[in-house]
Amino acid sequence: MFEAATRAVEAALGAGARYADARVMHSRYESMTAQNGQVEDLTQRDTVGIGVRALVGSSWGFFAVPDLDAAAARRAGETAAEIARASALVPGADLELVSTEVRKDSWASACDEDPLSVSMSDKGDLLVGVTATMRQAGVPLASALYQIWDTEKWFVSSEGHRIDQRIRECGAGMHCMTYGEGSTQRRSYPSFRGQYGTAGWELVRSIDLPAHAERIAAEATELLTAPLCPPGTTDVILGGEQMSLQIHESVGHAVELDRILGWEAGYAGTSWLDLSKLGRLRYGSDLMTVTADPTLPGALGSFGYDDEGTPAAANDIVRDGIWVGVLAGRDSASIAGLDYAGAVRADGYARIPMVRMTNVGLLPGPDTLESMIAATDDGIFMEHNRSWSIDDKRRNFQFGCEIGWEIKGGTRGRLLRNPTYTGIGPDFWASMDMLAGESERRFWGTPNCGKGQPGQTGHTGHPAMPARFRNVRVGVRA
Amino acid sequence: MSTVQDIAARVLERVADKNPAADAAVTVSRESSALTRFAESFIHQNVADECYRVVLQVHVDGRTAAASTNRTTPDAVSALVASALAAAALTQEDAGWAGLSPRQDVHTTGNWDEATAAAAPDARARAVRSFVDAAAGLACAGYCQTKSVEAAFANSAGQAVSARSTQASMDAIARTGGSDGAARTAAIALSDVDGAELGAAAAAKALAGREQFGLEPGRYEVVLEPGAVSDLVSGLLWQGLNGKAVVEGRSFARLGEQQFDPAVSLWDDSTDEHATGLPFDAEGTPKRRLELVTAGLTAGIPHDRRTAAAGGSETTGHAVEGGDRMGALPTDVRLGPGATDDLIADVERGLLISDFWYTRALDPKTLIYTGLTRNGVWLIEDGRLGSAVSTLRFTQSYVDALAPGAVLGVSRSMQSSPRAIAPMAGGSSSLLVPSLRLASWNITGGAAG
Repeated sequence: MFEAATRAVEAALGAGARYADARVMHSRYESMTAQNGQVEDLTQRDTVGIGVRALVGSSWGFFAVPDLDAAAARRAGETAAEIARASALVPGADLELVSTEVRKDSWASACDEDPLSVSMSDKGDLLVGVTATMRQAGVPLASALYQIWDTEKWFVSSEGHRIDQRIRECGAGMHCMTYGEGSTQRRSYPSFRGQYGTAGWELVRSIDLPAHAERIAAEATELLTAPLCPPGTTDVILGGEQMSLQIHESVGHAVELDRILGWEAGYAGTSWLDLSKLGRLRYGSDLMTVTADPTLPGALGSFGYDDEGTPAAANDIVRDGIWVGVLAGRDSASIAGLDYAGAVRADGYARIPMVRMTNVGLLPGPDTLESMIAATDDGIFMEHNRSWSIDDKRRNFQFGCEIGWEIKGGTRGRLLRNPTYTGIGPDFWASMDMLAGESERRFWGTPNCGKGQPGQTGHTGHPAMPARFRNVRVGVRA
Repeated sequence: MSTVQDIAARVLERVADKNPAADAAVTVSRESSALTRFAESFIHQNVADECYRVVLQVHVDGRTAAASTNRTTPDAVSALVASALAAAALTQEDAGWAGLSPRQDVHTTGNWDEATAAAAPDARARAVRSFVDAAAGLACAGYCQTKSVEAAFANSAGQAVSARSTQASMDAIARTGGSDGAARTAAIALSDVDGAELGAAAAAKALAGREQFGLEPGRYEVVLEPGAVSDLVSGLLWQGLNGKAVVEGRSFARLGEQQFDPAVSLWDDSTDEHATGLPFDAEGTPKRRLELVTAGLTAGIPHDRRTAAAGGSETTGHAVEGGDRMGALPTDVRLGPGATDDLIADVERGLLISDFWYTRALDPKTLIYTGLTRNGVWLIEDGRLGSAVSTLRFTQSYVDALAPGAVLGVSRSMQSSPRAIAPMAGGSSSLLVPSLRLASWNITGGAAG
């Protein structure tokens, strides 16, 4: 595999590139869904190919093919350089990539139980069993799924990188729906699309889907007749899963340097952050310390090296409420005048690496969920994301949860349906006055982060735990 | 080089060798995609790839499994077949299996432009250059894309169809620093994508959007430009006019009922001259025009074989790869035009909205969505376009917005949107929509909260 990548890089240099890198990737994917006690879909995908990036002047070109023979690899390198020359018809400013340590290395994520080797019938029995349980508990629609990715990469650059990695990821989840008059309710566990990590099937066993099937079915039924989340302004406690979404959308994307530089303006959007304020802008309360750490064992955004060959390393993003860092690549960092990269990945051989979240999450606080509820005189506890919408600068958001509980006098009370909350990112984070600690921190995995054109699906991790926010607008509806 | 038809035939032969009793269906596509992306008025990402996709589904002893690969060598085909058959042997019984598509001819072989299929990176870069040069010095961001697909479907019941299509598109914005203006188009041929025209249009919108003011939440009459209408239509298709959603009881759709205003007619037609979707679906069923909404009456639901069987109807040829999860989806959708292009003249007080952004359904059955405006909002007063308005958030039922009596006007002119409706294997999609004047839209907040 290194041979093909090396040929491609040499061909790109021979065709005029001043820098080139190539990734050979072999990706295997398996997923199964079950619905109402029956397998609904079983998918297996196996792809191999090479993607080459060439830099001519200040302009990039990228080309990918599924063939790895010598001629195809050479053609891929030459074509990448040709595309880069075309880019120079509309050139940018001079560009020097920030330096990165040149390594020859191998890396693999930890995996106790190879998920692709677990019997397919056992995996099917799990999904069929929990959906049957939910159905028997009275819900009209019960679904469950698992997904498995096994990715091998071989990376070579014209600077001398030669790195291979194997990253195994998997996870599972389930949900059920109930239908009422003009209302649809949903409950899920551990979250709607499931919980994922760089781990083996042991992760799926650990989340124990069967133990939660009856409970979520009962909650989905109860929600149909629960009172609506009342509109107004109140204190809100968010559960850990919803906090992971809050971090992903209103911190993770906002600190992507390509967005800040305007490189995503035509599609994903920009950011409310201004680089001139890096190091002094208040992002949130003193309780808010966020890191981007691709070295966390088992988290979904972990790797040994990013797709530019930069070794995984933790960076502070927000420290004690002050914005101090970004997610960057070697080109964007250079243009921004920064000296670190390490957050560039592609979702397959045929896609160009771009700035993606790694594991972006909160460091633990001093509180617990129980202490937050006890300390809240009037508020709502919301959990499990159901809808999410945020503006193209990542400031104005409206998020909905599957379930809410009224809090009165420090006690969790009746269920509330259709809980939503809305806010402006920095104001919202500034209102965070309680944050749970290490014992309630989970590395939530998001396997469906969309970005880029052509579209790419990123895998990101989010260390998160329950937190309380003051004076939040809730219950917005049509 | 083997043709996609040859490869499909080889896959079926291999399945028959290994298990003559297996039902098998295979789609083979050869795709070439190139996308030139620009921001801050320079090309910052310029990518292309060529690939095969071979998607095999087998049904053996009542069990179904699928597998796919991007390789077409004999070894890769053998591995694909072995993988699918092994999975089928291990999985649970498939009670919803609806059988293979019977032998039927396609009604067209697709819309194809040779120059677009062969377009060099320089051609896309020149379109970008034209956009940037026409944008009055404003910062520009967006993309120009060309793609082509040649696809063949074959199954062990004797169905064998093939087609090919090309698509070229450009979707970009010009930026003043405080306002953005968008322009976009999609066509079969790159020669129909005029970068200069789009750049000038985007710049004019951006310049008209400067000096924005905030607006109080509330219900407003609105004129939605095609970008925003595209979102509305996609929401109806994903969540409601979808065989799987109907069968599962989570759709708003009630066939034969007047659920929309008489001004609303919606159909899917992968056989017309603008179609970039393939003329057969992922199950090999040839596509025909399907009326979805006729003069406000809910007239048709896209089905694949599985949802059709579950719902007691016939497939409409709208199977997509992954449809077991997503349902049946159309690929070439048209919202019928009206008779005028002046939708603003009779608006006493309302809003002109260019695009919606980050729209998400809060409830699938009522189709209540929340989302934001993007790329321009303007106040309309006494039939005249007034000041620009800053970004707004809405929370609004898409079905209610188009309900009987709610559609006050439909434009004559239509825009072809590059927006993808369905992630169909080996194909593109096309969406042609007019502007709409709607009686009421629920604004629930602004950029400030």
